[in-house]
Amino acid sequence: MIEFKNVSKWYGAFQVLDDCSTRVSKGEVVVVCGPSGSGKSTLIKCANGLEPFQKGELFFNGISVGDSKTNLPKLRAQIGMVFQHFELFPHLSVIENLTLGQMKVLGRSPDEAEKKALQLLDRVGLSVQAKKFPGQLSGGQQQRVAIARALCMDPMAMLFDEPTSALDPEMVNEVLDVMVALAGDGMTMMVVTHEMGFARKVSDRVIFMDSGKIVEDCNTDEFFGAPRSPRAQEFLSKILSH
Amino acid sequence: MGGGFDFDVIERSWVYLFREGMSFTVTLTLLATMGGIVLGTLLALMRLSSYRTLNLIAGTYVNTMRSLPLVLVIFWFFFLVPYIGGWLVGSNQPMKVGAFASALITFTMFEAAFFCEIMRAGIQSIPKDQMAAGYALGLNYRQTMATIILPQAFRNMLPVLLTQTIILFQDTSLVYVISSTDFLGAAVKVANRDHRLVEMYTFAALIYFIICFTASLYVRRLQARISIIR
Repeated sequence: MIEFKNVSKWYGAFQVLDDCSTRVSKGEVVVVCGPSGSGKSTLIKCANGLEPFQKGELFFNGISVGDSKTNLPKLRAQIGMVFQHFELFPHLSVIENLTLGQMKVLGRSPDEAEKKALQLLDRVGLSVQAKKFPGQLSGGQQQRVAIARALCMDPMAMLFDEPTSALDPEMVNEVLDVMVALAGDGMTMMVVTHEMGFARKVSDRVIFMDSGKIVEDCNTDEFFGAPRSPRAQEFLSKILSH
Repeated sequence: MGGGFDFDVIERSWVYLFREGMSFTVTLTLLATMGGIVLGTLLALMRLSSYRTLNLIAGTYVNTMRSLPLVLVIFWFFFLVPYIGGWLVGSNQPMKVGAFASALITFTMFEAAFFCEIMRAGIQSIPKDQMAAGYALGLNYRQTMATIILPQAFRNMLPVLLTQTIILFQDTSLVYVISSTDFLGAAVKVANRDHRLVEMYTFAALIYFIICFTASLYVRRLQARISIIR
């Protein structure tokens, strides 16, 4: 469904992505991890064209993301994205956050959009908060609203960019629970995260990145059992030691 | 009485002052503000655009306007607009443009440069990922700007925009150089006619003070009320 073919990206002279190739099949949950600055977030932001890349090819569902002729807005509407800092629209109520895209992009009627929004708010356990503004919710609640907002568009895949790293520890689980349920429903997911428990429990594959390169790309069991690269071993020993 | 201060002249003339003068001042201020914000927002979008040409055009415009004294611009437009208008409709005669229309065009274009800088700051105050969040939903540039970025930028900048409007309200008195009768102009006319300079200038100053001071108090209260909770 998502296919990276030798993707490279530079910020000026600095290379952020170095010849990255991998694929995410339909229904698969892939976790991307690695030290900060290794290019994880940049990699998944390339998948929906939020970050342009200079070399290589990237396909989503057969459509070339890097092609200048590709209708990016149309493509992005099919890929849900969840940001580290939620990025809810603070001037709109929760329900308006959820209906905006549906009406403007999918052309749904206000009634239709609201029905769908309430249904998804219910799914993330927040239907009572529909009329509130994002600033009135806790971080965990905001991130759940953000997930619901992405799901409102009936995406074919979901990208998560460190969805729990801006949260207080006690709110991490409520967000992870929603993601686990989503994975259980067969959603195709690409998740940048440091939550190794989540990775171990839910993901099918783990991609480990270091300085812009995909160093390791293997099944979850393999990764946690015996990572081949010394860099991944070192990383794991550091974050799993507590 | 009152050291020879003649209240009578105010009582005789205030209806004229407000009906002729203040209505001119207020209309000009409101229309120029609205036009200036629309034009200024477009200029701000141009200045922030990644197209070099748009960037350059807007930058040149804003820097030029901000480097010229307002009185000069008013004069300049008053003499220039009829010729440009004539040229635009393909006539070799200068177009007849009334003083009000000329003043409105001038103030709109002059204020646009200031509103541009305010809106630019407003747009830049919105986190970058808000734009990305709009794009990620499938919204295009125009939709993202119109529904996500500009409403927030406008709201954040509302106090500054209103403060600029208060300044504009005072600056409209400069239309005296093209013989338009705004509030101050009307007061001056009465003052000269009735030889009551002290009374009329004091009265005008008092009215300007009351309006601007009240407005700025309101802006300060608004500032506390509208800030978006993040």
